[in-house]
Amino acid sequence: MTASPGQAPIPVATSLAAGQDSVLDIRDLSVVYRTPGGDVRAVDKVNLSLAPGEVVGLAGESGSGKSTLVYGACRLLRAPALVTSGSVTYSGRRATEPVDLLRLQPDELQRLRWREIAIVFQSAMNALNPVLNVRDQLLDVIHAHLRMPRDEARDRAGSLLDLVGIPRSRLRSYPHELSGGMRQRVMIAMALATDPEVVIMDEPTTALDVVVQRDILAQIVELKEQLGFSIVFITHDLSLLLELADRIAVMYAGQLLEIGTAAEIQREPSHPYTKGLLNSFPSLRGPRRDLAGIPGSPPDLRDPPPGCPFLPRCAYGTSACEDVDMNLLQVATSKDPEHVTACPFVLPDTPAPQSRGARQETAGQKTAGEPT
Amino acid sequence: MTEQATALTSAAAARGELAMEAIAVSKDFRIGRGQTLHAVRDVSFNLYRGAVVALVGESGSGKSTAARLLAGQERLTSGEIKLDGKPVDVSSRGDFRHYKSQVQYVFQDPFASLNPVHTVQYHLERPLRLHQGRGIDMDAELVALMEQVRLTPPRQFLVKYPHELSGGQRQRVSFARALAAKPSVLLADEPVSMLDVSIRLEMLSLLDDLRQRFSLAMLYITHDIASARYFADEVLVMYAGEIVERGPAEEVTQQPAHPYTQLLVASAPDPDNLGSTLRRGANGTRRQGPQQIRTPEQVATVGCPFSTRCPLAEDRCREEDPTLLPITATRGAACWRLDAAAPELVPGPPGGGRTTEI
Repeated sequence: MTASPGQAPIPVATSLAAGQDSVLDIRDLSVVYRTPGGDVRAVDKVNLSLAPGEVVGLAGESGSGKSTLVYGACRLLRAPALVTSGSVTYSGRRATEPVDLLRLQPDELQRLRWREIAIVFQSAMNALNPVLNVRDQLLDVIHAHLRMPRDEARDRAGSLLDLVGIPRSRLRSYPHELSGGMRQRVMIAMALATDPEVVIMDEPTTALDVVVQRDILAQIVELKEQLGFSIVFITHDLSLLLELADRIAVMYAGQLLEIGTAAEIQREPSHPYTKGLLNSFPSLRGPRRDLAGIPGSPPDLRDPPPGCPFLPRCAYGTSACEDVDMNLLQVATSKDPEHVTACPFVLPDTPAPQSRGARQETAGQKTAGEPT
Repeated sequence: MTEQATALTSAAAARGELAMEAIAVSKDFRIGRGQTLHAVRDVSFNLYRGAVVALVGESGSGKSTAARLLAGQERLTSGEIKLDGKPVDVSSRGDFRHYKSQVQYVFQDPFASLNPVHTVQYHLERPLRLHQGRGIDMDAELVALMEQVRLTPPRQFLVKYPHELSGGQRQRVSFARALAAKPSVLLADEPVSMLDVSIRLEMLSLLDDLRQRFSLAMLYITHDIASARYFADEVLVMYAGEIVERGPAEEVTQQPAHPYTQLLVASAPDPDNLGSTLRRGANGTRRQGPQQIRTPEQVATVGCPFSTRCPLAEDRCREEDPTLLPITATRGAACWRLDAAAPELVPGPPGGGRTTEI
């Protein structure tokens, strides 16, 4: 195999000098889960920034740490999860000066959360209160985070439903009376109730079918244009992000493996894992391609393998991969300095077939004792 | 509808012998105050050994109810189901058990369909004992099942509880549980939609492998029409309890005829198209066409069920429910406006050739 180290070893912190004009800047964030069997390194020294009005897609499999990263950054995790290092700088239009979320006092944090950074949770059925109707849920958010007279708040609840395309008559409906798509729209309305600067969307459309999903995504894009918030969109479906996101960050085993614009990721995926993800979904249009998927499972994060965590599943892997330091470097073949990857090798077009079988076996052994 | 529907040949027929027939099957649910919900209306299709038929549609379109009817878990309101040419009778317990050993069901949610207090071994031993009797070599059967679904080494996995397994591993256990009965028909209700995109493909290729190895007749229920293109021989598109289009998978997905199928295809994420409708929307251009159709709750009770959402609907559509009309020998669509929806597919006058060969 001809694997040669890529050129231009620019560490990500300097190459992505987005520090000043980003609304949310996550630096060096690490989160561990304390378990009796040892610390699980769920998020390992992750850097990610979000520009105003930008849609950043965070892609990864279950257990890759994508939700933990974002919840950790917003201090929404509780024990046994523990943020062990890093900073999360928020600098919105309304904030007088940038603040580090991880160092805020509880009352300051309380003022900032939802007012500035709101979240659309994954399962709308579980996230909505079953014994409150839609209006009361919206009023709850409005009264908790905004000072507003009752009449005005009621009015706002109505206009929020207008915003997400639900008739006002539904204000009196309870969650069980709404379809899945409507519930998710109510969740989005709740997130937008305080006109936040950043909206985090954690798999907002995963449980919905395609027609409704597309409708909601189109609506999210429209609202973003109208209201000017930024989005962190978490999903395991890279095909969605290619259409929706401005930039995509690919996460695996608690680390970011590749960041780039949607176009770069689609045209020139650099990391073998990204390539694998791109080759995982059947395409509806164009000629039928041979699909490979990604055999194996993610590593046990209590005892991660040395070097690249994707090595046991990687079709291109060599022994040199065990020494990779996982810094994000500019992709050698790309002109875009913001397209960075953790894989320092220039990959051949087709993987060496013999290494694939060998790797799969190791993957089987590794995952045998793995929980969930 | 029935007569015309049976005039069509299934695109899956070439694969193997006929295993199961659903003939003009309907299911109504009483929903109080004298109201009736027609969950499945006059649906006919066949399953063949070694072939996959995909049932595609949105939530509430009746696709799961159709599968539950085939599984014998709901009583038919009208119509008939035949297995190996014989009408299905599940009135006695023994008959039902025999039927179950032939027709197995895989559920969507591997997190809910396994009992959390029992091991993998328990989940597999029960169907083996029920359907294979007591004379079998249980140990060998268990190991064989685990190897068929590629959960290896078997002994390490047999002692595990569901919470110790990943989503993909759990769904493999569900497959093994279904295979334990040595069925000829497998009804797979969204078997991969709860799983990560990256492992869906592996699971589908496992199902494909099992289909081939045991020559299973498979019904694959999904709302992901792209996976149906890759996995199925024939695609049936269901809307509001009716089959609105059917045909060979490649034809239906590449040249959808019915406006609803066109909406489904247009809604699928399109990773190869970066200048997509979503982004055009972002740039300020108004989105058009099916994108603006909302509220799936509105289903017409008179006429074509899709007429309330259909951009092409005219008076006739609102008054008269179209029947499934043949387009080719293996393809049909239930639409009055086919000439406008898919002009290139409209068959020529009787006796004359078709306008397009696909």
